[in-house]
Amino acid sequence: MRRISDWGNYPVIEAETSGFDSVEQLRSRLAEPGELIAYGNGRSYGDASLQSRVVLTRRFDKLLAFDETTGELTCQAGVLLADLLDVFVPRGWFLPVTPGTKLITVGGAIAADVHGKNHHVDGSFGQHIRSMDVMRNDGSIITCSPARNAEFFNVTVGGMGLTGIILQATFRLRRIETAYIREETVRAANLGEVMDGFEAPGEWTYSVAWIDCLARGDALGRSILMRGEHATAGELVNPSHKHAPLKPGGGMKLDVPFMMPGFALSRLTVQAFNAAYYGKCRSGTQARIAGYNQFFYPLDSVGNWNRIYGRRGFTQYQFVIPKAAGREGMHRILERIAASGLGSFLAVLKLFGEQESFISFPMEGYTLALDFPISFKAMELFKELDAMVADYGGRLYLAKDSRMDAAMFARTYPNADEFRQAVAVLNEGGTRFASLLSRRIGVTG
Amino acid sequence: MKNVLILGATSDMAQAIARRFAAEGWGLVLAARSTGRLEPVASDLAIRSKVPVRALAFDAGCFDTHQAFYDAIDPKPDAVVCAFGYMGDPMAARTDFAEARLTIDVNYTGAVSILNIVAADFEARGQGDIVGISSVAGDRGRQSNYLYGSAKAGFTAYLSGLRNRLAEKGVHVMTVKPGFCRTKMTEQLDLPAALTAEPGQVADAVFRGLEARRNVVYTLWMWRWIMLVVRHIPECLFKRMGL
Repeated sequence: MRRISDWGNYPVIEAETSGFDSVEQLRSRLAEPGELIAYGNGRSYGDASLQSRVVLTRRFDKLLAFDETTGELTCQAGVLLADLLDVFVPRGWFLPVTPGTKLITVGGAIAADVHGKNHHVDGSFGQHIRSMDVMRNDGSIITCSPARNAEFFNVTVGGMGLTGIILQATFRLRRIETAYIREETVRAANLGEVMDGFEAPGEWTYSVAWIDCLARGDALGRSILMRGEHATAGELVNPSHKHAPLKPGGGMKLDVPFMMPGFALSRLTVQAFNAAYYGKCRSGTQARIAGYNQFFYPLDSVGNWNRIYGRRGFTQYQFVIPKAAGREGMHRILERIAASGLGSFLAVLKLFGEQESFISFPMEGYTLALDFPISFKAMELFKELDAMVADYGGRLYLAKDSRMDAAMFARTYPNADEFRQAVAVLNEGGTRFASLLSRRIGVTG
Repeated sequence: MKNVLILGATSDMAQAIARRFAAEGWGLVLAARSTGRLEPVASDLAIRSKVPVRALAFDAGCFDTHQAFYDAIDPKPDAVVCAFGYMGDPMAARTDFAEARLTIDVNYTGAVSILNIVAADFEARGQGDIVGISSVAGDRGRQSNYLYGSAKAGFTAYLSGLRNRLAEKGVHVMTVKPGFCRTKMTEQLDLPAALTAEPGQVADAVFRGLEARRNVVYTLWMWRWIMLVVRHIPECLFKRMGL
């Protein structure tokens, strides 16, 4: 038995863990009856990969095929996005979609159907999967794609690991000329300004805004809007970049070596950080060339940053509300969060493009993600926010969640009931795929 | 381009060693009992490193296949890493001779069988590196795993003799004794972090040792001293210790 948790260190449980590096080994693990769930790199925030018995997928991480002309890659699902970047960026290829951390597995990216700063242009990670193999609870392997075994494919993408263990996947990498991003940063004085920025014509491939959730009144929603494109070789100016355009420098690597005490994150420290961060960015528009790690993964350079929240852990509240409800809805929700004074360093706003998936999180609209240390007051606030999000027709991101109840899930995910039935059918006989998350939101019994 | 033959290539340690050689531009010939498990390993290394990778079936326990196995390799390797091993069930091996024999056959007899063939080729060519992954368990027999330990002790002595014989012929023989290493073989054990090497550290030690033509390599320096002490505990005390 080992103590395990996901990234938020809440909850922490005792679990029986075992890994595998061959299909036969995994099959023998599934032969033991009971409930289990796949555990990749533990970067979902709450309890999506927690269960009294978990199967560690990280060792199942081999690259199986790569086509140098099309960029089509087939790999085992335990490989980290970070490993793929290390191998393929120097050869001129990048991920089709990446979330704000590269320290997740390909299997996790599919199960949570993760999104990135290019969602409005390129959709979610799952929409790039051309084919995948999944081991069912009886040990059989099903190959599925949008065309083949499509129903199973659609329940598995975004299905939070409840349909089986994803073994391998095929998807295409995108061509890049350089490992750099041409980035433009715009300071927005309030929520209206940043939303104008998101909705302005002239499409950028990547866009996201950091938002100060403690600012109130006229400054409510003051933000820094960051947009980017993969830089072409001609756009590089620095001689060292030009010399090796596909090999960005290592950059600084920090680490939080131990759990910080609870007082490290008070309203005052967060307010000071946010004011400094906002102030650092001059008004108007700034342009620069940034390495891809700097642009996509600023937090990955701080190892174990989750420890700044201390032993009690933290959660990320990430919701989306439809674009039509966006301005009014986001304004009211932000007002409520600002009034609570519970906001955090990391609040991120983004406009999603259209997406109609069976059970995935994204939909066309505004998504906001904020970190909160676990506290009674925060839990009370979330209940209020849940009601507002649901009233606006929005929903919460399962990969970040650790506390929503079954009623909220049923109310906000239009296919919640069909999903529950599909998982029940797939789980018949033998081992059952179930997590603390699936039980909490009523998908498994 | 130089080529390395890695025997027992599906183990975590062997995979790390393969990655290290590939990173240095060596072509890889990988051999393991289960080709089903070896193929993903081989494709992974080929995609990551772009060096040529060949995957071959090899069973350390099937001695009579070894000559044909080695004859079929073309071009012949410049270095051979003998990385297969079998920990087995030490409790069962005390009473079950089949288990004891399997432990000896894989760790000792199988290694002798294939390395005799390799040594003859290298001696004739007057060049080559032979790397044997032995174990600190072979430095002194302990009740917890003395069958494995005795087979590794035999392997260590074999490598020592081989080194002695081939030293004048331009062939380098290196004995590697990893202490604790974090692999799937030790996944369930609670190992002391300071004494436990990652597979990548073993791979670094192997490659650097090869370049420096070292004789005996302990992958973490402490182990050389720990085992020096362990070897010198008087037997009258040692036999009463719960090791």
